[in-house]
Amino acid sequence: MGYIFTQLKRSFVITKKDVKVYYSKGPVIVFGLIFPLFLFLAYTIGRSMPLEELLPGLIGMTTFFTATSVGPSIMPWETRSKTLERLVCCPVSIWALLLGDILSSFLFGFAISVIPLLFALFLNIGLLNFMILLFGLVLATLCFSALSVLFSAYPPTDIPSTTLMLSSLVKFPLVFISGVFISIEQMPFWGRIIASFSPLTYFTDLARHLILNGGYYDLILDFSMVAIFTLIFLVAAVKLHEKTLTKRIS
Amino acid sequence: MNNLTKRYGDIVAVDHINFEVRKGEIFGFLGPNGAGKTTTIRVLTGILKPDGGTALVSGHDVLKDPLEAKQSIGVVPEVSNAYIDLSAWENLMLIGELYGVPKKEREENAVKLLKDFGLYDVRKKLVRGFSKGMKQKLLLCMALVNDPEIIFLDEPTSGLDVESARLMREKVQQRNRDGKTIFLSTHNMEEANQLCHRIAIINHGRIAAIDTPERLRAQNMELQYVEVLFDKPVKLAELTKRAEIAKASFAGNKVRLYTANPSAIIEFLVDFARQNNLQILSLNTMMPSLEDVFIKLIKQYEIGEA
Repeated sequence: MGYIFTQLKRSFVITKKDVKVYYSKGPVIVFGLIFPLFLFLAYTIGRSMPLEELLPGLIGMTTFFTATSVGPSIMPWETRSKTLERLVCCPVSIWALLLGDILSSFLFGFAISVIPLLFALFLNIGLLNFMILLFGLVLATLCFSALSVLFSAYPPTDIPSTTLMLSSLVKFPLVFISGVFISIEQMPFWGRIIASFSPLTYFTDLARHLILNGGYYDLILDFSMVAIFTLIFLVAAVKLHEKTLTKRIS
Repeated sequence: MNNLTKRYGDIVAVDHINFEVRKGEIFGFLGPNGAGKTTTIRVLTGILKPDGGTALVSGHDVLKDPLEAKQSIGVVPEVSNAYIDLSAWENLMLIGELYGVPKKEREENAVKLLKDFGLYDVRKKLVRGFSKGMKQKLLLCMALVNDPEIIFLDEPTSGLDVESARLMREKVQQRNRDGKTIFLSTHNMEEANQLCHRIAIINHGRIAAIDTPERLRAQNMELQYVEVLFDKPVKLAELTKRAEIAKASFAGNKVRLYTANPSAIIEFLVDFARQNNLQILSLNTMMPSLEDVFIKLIKQYEIGEA
């Protein structure tokens, strides 16, 4: 127990460092703020839809992009500047190190994603259960943050643009198949099959339930799937990074 | 460490090495480029996992108890790796926190170290703007902020100006006097000679010799030489007729005569000068330098390998 508590404390130290060092980096601003903003504008301008119908997609997209903007670039940056070597020779386990990176991604994602939610609350747009949606947002942000750190595990490169490019290759198709722009029930059968493999699908559906009272899957299933994906991404990120760490450092 | 081995694919970087560093000593680790020095340090500091053998740091196995082993060490790596987007103070706080040093103690240590190394006035500046010497001093501060039992230094004075290098050496000696064990990897023979209580010479991943600098030199007395300067040029062939002279060479306008029997050679040189109507301007007996011993051991090893 003492070991876990000590390592968790050191995870927060890593998070604090990441916040100071990486939040102001260009790619984080571009992929975490500018990209989702322009995607949202492209999605809303010229469409005569009520705001509450846009909200689930907006929250889903914002959460996904912001929570995955910090994680992919930390490891390559740390590798390039040799600071990873410094961290590895400190008494911090790999899981604690990665958890710190995931938490920094989480904080960035949550701080931005909660804005449209608060905006909706302020405008009194019918949120059926704000607290449950907030819990869903926390879980989904954690899930996407873990995914973002998983993106940086392979290849073990020291070039941040490589992982950013590869993560974009996954992120953009995911946005289009996850019920952000078109709700799942409007998708063809094959589209629904593909959508079921995306964690974003379940979060967007969860948001539709709690904003429009009209989700495709059961709400419990949405929460469960986001939680399962989170667990898978966390374990995969730790295992894959452990495997590639030696190659990354040497 | 016992039979410590590390491979990179087919290349054996560290090949079944065995040695022990005593508590409170400065242990020098010498070797040519690619000999396995940095790989050994990386294994001992828990950055790389060994492929074979065992290594204990402060009694903790680096493979089985890596976190406990790391807790007792401070590391100055070969390449500067402070966070350049953080200030000197933030870098020290980060490392202190990662070692679990309590806030008050961490801050006191940081202030003391920054003052000691002349970085206190620039503590709030980003490391990005630091010179190489300042970065290297900061790295040593970062290695010391947790008050470690053992300090690993990988080429700590490489690329530093004379003054900064001297300061680094002084600080290392001071820490050693305070009871810290120092593991120093260096290319600088003079530095190793001045600082180290014992030295290991590594080549192609294997230990070629381990001993005190004095003993290493004493074991290679055939490398001592007599250096003489005459008032007129002489031919080497005339001097190498003596059986005691193993080798002769010019060092500028001086002549170096390598011998295991310097007193006989001095007598010979006095006679030689008298017979040839020469005047001796200077005459010195030189002990083998650590560099001579190092080169001899490396060559011996390579001939043995061939």
